[in-house]
Amino acid sequence: MVLTSLGPPEPHRMAQQDTWTKKDLTGIEELSRSEIELLFRQADQFLPALAPGKGLDLMKGRTVVNLFLEPSTRTRTAFEISAKKLGAEVVSINTTASSLVKGETLRDTAENIRAMGVDAIVMRHSSAGSARYLGSVLDISVVNAGDGAHEHPTQALLDAFTLRQRFGQVEGLKVTILGDILFSRVARSNILCLSKLGAQVTLAGPATLVPAALKEAFPQVRIVHDLKEALKDCDAVMLLRIQHERQTTTHFPSLGEYTAQFGLNAERAAWLKPEAVVMHPGPINRGVEVESEVADGPRSVILEQVRNGVAVRMAVLHLCTGAISR
Amino acid sequence: MNPADNSPLWIRGARVIDPSARRDEAKGDVFALDGRFVDRLSAADQAKARVIDGTGLVVAPGFVDLNCRLGEPGRTARETIRTGTRAAAAGGFTTVVTMPDSLPAADNVGTIQLLREICSRDAAVRVLPTGTLTKGHEGKALAPLGTMKKAGVVAVTDTTSGVQNNEIMRRALEYAAMFGLVVLDHCQDSSMTDGGQMHEGAWSLRLGLRGLPRAAEEIVVSSDCLLAELTQARIHLQHLSSGGSAEIVRRAKAKQLPVTAEVSALHLLLTDAALANYATSLKTNPPLREEADRLALLAALADGTIDAVCSDHSPCTATEKDCEFDLAPFGAATLETAFAAAHTALVVGGHADLSVLIARLTSGPARALGLAAGTLSDGAHADLVVLDPKAAWTPAKTDLVSKSGNNPLVGHALAGRVRTTFVGGRKVFGA
Repeated sequence: MVLTSLGPPEPHRMAQQDTWTKKDLTGIEELSRSEIELLFRQADQFLPALAPGKGLDLMKGRTVVNLFLEPSTRTRTAFEISAKKLGAEVVSINTTASSLVKGETLRDTAENIRAMGVDAIVMRHSSAGSARYLGSVLDISVVNAGDGAHEHPTQALLDAFTLRQRFGQVEGLKVTILGDILFSRVARSNILCLSKLGAQVTLAGPATLVPAALKEAFPQVRIVHDLKEALKDCDAVMLLRIQHERQTTTHFPSLGEYTAQFGLNAERAAWLKPEAVVMHPGPINRGVEVESEVADGPRSVILEQVRNGVAVRMAVLHLCTGAISR
Repeated sequence: MNPADNSPLWIRGARVIDPSARRDEAKGDVFALDGRFVDRLSAADQAKARVIDGTGLVVAPGFVDLNCRLGEPGRTARETIRTGTRAAAAGGFTTVVTMPDSLPAADNVGTIQLLREICSRDAAVRVLPTGTLTKGHEGKALAPLGTMKKAGVVAVTDTTSGVQNNEIMRRALEYAAMFGLVVLDHCQDSSMTDGGQMHEGAWSLRLGLRGLPRAAEEIVVSSDCLLAELTQARIHLQHLSSGGSAEIVRRAKAKQLPVTAEVSALHLLLTDAALANYATSLKTNPPLREEADRLALLAALADGTIDAVCSDHSPCTATEKDCEFDLAPFGAATLETAFAAAHTALVVGGHADLSVLIARLTSGPARALGLAAGTLSDGAHADLVVLDPKAAWTPAKTDLVSKSGNNPLVGHALAGRVRTTFVGGRKVFGA
């Protein structure tokens, strides 16, 4: 699939990749830097289509199924809008309607959906590795919308895309990811994506949620448990949602204790460099990991992230489904 | 040669390894008559004997497996006594000890008698059942150990449930020792392993899977050693996976504590890195750990800290394993590849001689449970295996007779293969 150019042709630079060959997006781990950059250039092309009343027909006649086996509003809606902006038909299946609760296997569910003539499945699933598994058993596109605590690649792509938009490039930026790293697929995808793009990543939070062993898993990161140290020289801080539903009770004493130690309020945000931005993948627990005055303040790029999420997901759907020759 | 043929047996000119008798002859003969080993055959018996040319091959006592599951009763989609014991024979195992977590659990005389009836009808090798240590392996109340012993169990264990209560473990050890029953323990503190899917380490963090930390095993290995010291009862630690566990056992043995231990062949060969693509066939409990653990386990096996190599054969259907990683059951079907895996890792890997591996597959496990097996001695059951250590073998699905679909070593290049297996002088596997 060659990059689809909608405006005037972009100046072609040497060594730029412009052909996408992957039918699936299962994780950032499988992507090269040049593939990520290609995807961003494709997303750039789609930004004008985000305006109300605008839409494209690049996926006209194609069908995308959103198979969401875990609750999600934002990601599912963003994928739905992305597919519709490209002219595709969208069917959403959520947990309660799913036959998986009746004991059907994931392979059977997916093969049934495939048999109905679908072009792509966007899946969110509580099991780590499930997207890779599905991609290996199906010959249609599989896009990972979050697999357990493993990866959430489109979130990381939209985060890096937002940083690129704000700072011109991601290379050389210092990014602190703060909060529940242990259980976070957003953190894993962001560590990989930001590192591949040449940013320096710092992980911060309580030692139970940011264990020292993360350094073995991701040797390129820095780990700190002191909030001031984590914030003082970064260009961006990514806050992670404290996921009450995922943690066992032993990882920190209480939400109040978390907020007292690691919550981002105006006083602590003042430790940041003047140009540093605050990011959050949503949904926000206001008053837990972030105070409203910071979430809604001038440093916040949270709504830019949401907006860019549509363009990035359009690029993912367009490139992945386009990689299948028919 | 007719498999049922029980005429005199003469294996000629093989390397003969029998660690129970400290025998390792570069070129020797082994004789059997009427189902038992004999030191020599009369000229008349020699004349009618089945003669096997052992040139270039190794003859050893039939292997003894202290840890396997054969599907019955209740899990016949995974394995049956018929298929499981044929898989054992193909792996060179002539005596296998089965785990009691069947459906229903072997926590009562009736289930054990049922299993023995199925075995007397279908088994190709000697099957020795175990009973649960507590009712339903729930860890609450002791199972009827004395009556189960009468029904034929050779040991008691709560298998993968482990025993989570030190008081129950202590009393169980004291009570079992009264009947001469060894307690087998799957060492795992379940309060530390809730939701765990694989070894806790860099790979589990990268894959986003919950981990089973080494400490969860080592804590129970430690407490078992302390309870062995307190009660002086025999305890056998099942399938150790952590290097730290081996070190704890080494210290316990230095104190002469009545503790023995085993390791699965798979853990000698592979590490958690093999799970990088969520291979459900390698999802085992205990989990595959890191290279440092693997090397420590090999060293402990070589120096005798670990007494036995087991298969830890835990059959599952292909369908059960064809799913999301955290939904897949634990277990690998490994009877047929255990020797080749252990030989590749320990002997070809340069950690010990073949005679050491044979000891850990024969006299070691036999001694741990006090079994009359694992020897070529005059008068013993003529259970033996003929091995070709030089054979290169990449197991294919079609090589395997187990009913299960979860042998993780299919397609994996191994060195060493079982050629022929005899039980009581009768050929049960091979050419």
